[in-house]
Amino acid sequence: MNNFFDERKAKLEIYQKNYRGKKEEVEKLTIPDDIFIKCPHCQGLVIKDDYELKFRVCPKCQYHERLNPRERIEISCDSFEELYSDMKSVNPLDFPGYPEKLAGYRDETGEEEACVTGIGTLGEYRIALAVLNSFFMMGSMGSVVGEKITRLVEKALSERMPLLIFSASGGARMQEGIFSLMQMAKTAAALKKFSDAGLLYISVLTNPTTGGVLASFAFLGDVIIAEPGALIGFAGKRVIQQTIKQELPPNFQSAEFQLEKGFVDMVVSRGRLREVILRLLRLHEVEKWKRN
Amino acid sequence: MEKKLEDIVWEKVQLARHNKRPTARTLINYLFSEFTELHGDRLYADDRSILAGIAFLEATPVTVIAQEKGVSTKEKIEHNFGMPHPEGYRKALRLMKQAEKFKRPIILIIDTPGAYPGVGAEERGQASAIAVNLAEMAGLRVPMLAIVLGEGGSGGALAIGVADETWMFENAIYAILSPEGFASILYKDVFLAKYAASVMKLTADDLHSFGIVDLIVPEVEGGLHLNAEYSFSFLKERLIEKVAELKAADMDELLAKRYLKFRKMGAYEEKSR
Repeated sequence: MNNFFDERKAKLEIYQKNYRGKKEEVEKLTIPDDIFIKCPHCQGLVIKDDYELKFRVCPKCQYHERLNPRERIEISCDSFEELYSDMKSVNPLDFPGYPEKLAGYRDETGEEEACVTGIGTLGEYRIALAVLNSFFMMGSMGSVVGEKITRLVEKALSERMPLLIFSASGGARMQEGIFSLMQMAKTAAALKKFSDAGLLYISVLTNPTTGGVLASFAFLGDVIIAEPGALIGFAGKRVIQQTIKQELPPNFQSAEFQLEKGFVDMVVSRGRLREVILRLLRLHEVEKWKRN
Repeated sequence: MEKKLEDIVWEKVQLARHNKRPTARTLINYLFSEFTELHGDRLYADDRSILAGIAFLEATPVTVIAQEKGVSTKEKIEHNFGMPHPEGYRKALRLMKQAEKFKRPIILIIDTPGAYPGVGAEERGQASAIAVNLAEMAGLRVPMLAIVLGEGGSGGALAIGVADETWMFENAIYAILSPEGFASILYKDVFLAKYAASVMKLTADDLHSFGIVDLIVPEVEGGLHLNAEYSFSFLKERLIEKVAELKAADMDELLAKRYLKFRKMGAYEEKSR
């Protein structure tokens, strides 16, 4: 019996020695922490540089991570001049806690509101560009988002520029109540004028585009593009489930679902987006920008 | 003792949804003669939650588009409790375009908890139908007047609510969402609906003070169902006047005014201005 324990003890010592030795070796070859990152969707390890180079699209599962407006602008434009950047939300309903909530998001994101607007250049073209920020109160549309979009549409109309909007929104800004609702009518009315003037509006729906934003300017594009896998729908899945008391189909309200049902023109992966937008500008014979 | 705001507002919410509150059909029968219902969106189906057709307002032919909730249980089911599917909004738009062709003013009657949230509604493009209506209504070359009769629920109400004038019954409500939906999203508790209603500013008085509603149709104490004649006669008289006035107006001016009406909605601050 003693023999048995001695044998085990000896084995354990050898094992520990080897194990420790190996561990030390591994430590010598330590890879810096930031070479790999985990895909937020499939949890797979992917090389960070590769991931960033592919504009935050997972090379394994093709998951398109949400981008903030600055990142989006950087990968979409060659240059960008921001407009209406100092527009701030107020509290029209005196809604309890709203100013504090806004302040929190301002600190967190470094942005004044949930939408960045301005004029960008893309290749040989000059475009009016708006990008919604899903990191700022879920990209919800209050007075500021509605006003910025409307002003941009009006500017694009008066300067006869094409319009490009990247939407990402949970829908209405609840805390602004009826004012939020009226932004739907306001943006849609401006786009009607814009459309009647024969100008091009490309709408890109990114994850997620829902509710009042989808049911107004996002779905009014001449060409509507969606990013793969984006959630795109009007009513919340939970609300629908509660209403119909049934499980929802697996791809329900996805970009691919909207393509199948005929509500978007194409699903385009982020890496190809710039090329597709440039081609659409060419096909619409949009006037090229002449530098002065 | 004075009533708490929460109770006052909640009473209005309940009156707006009252089982005995007259629905669009009753109002149509009072306001118009020879109402001739027209059906279908010519694309998919006839959505019975939208009750629409042509009628005379005194001697003036008008197009009437309404959300009908139904009165009896059977009717309520038939009309899907006034919650339109996309085909309802497309039927409304078809008839609005028809009104434009024949230069008939359009009277819109809003009474809906909201656009129907269902699988079929999503498959057939609820958001797209609403978006298209909002844009098209902004440019229709006929006078348009919207009346909120009971519930004005969210985008589902606005999708037939972009008009030259917006009127509202005294105890009607008009909001971004139902108080229940609002409470469930913001407070994760549907039982806080009563509190939510009190902070949402959804009454006719609130909306009138914001400049969103142009005229409030008064109701007797206790609600519309106790004396509909009182409110309806008030409404009819104003409606006849207003439609005549809008019909006489220059259409380009009217469109510019309609654009401006919605253009100026919103509240924000800007340093540079």
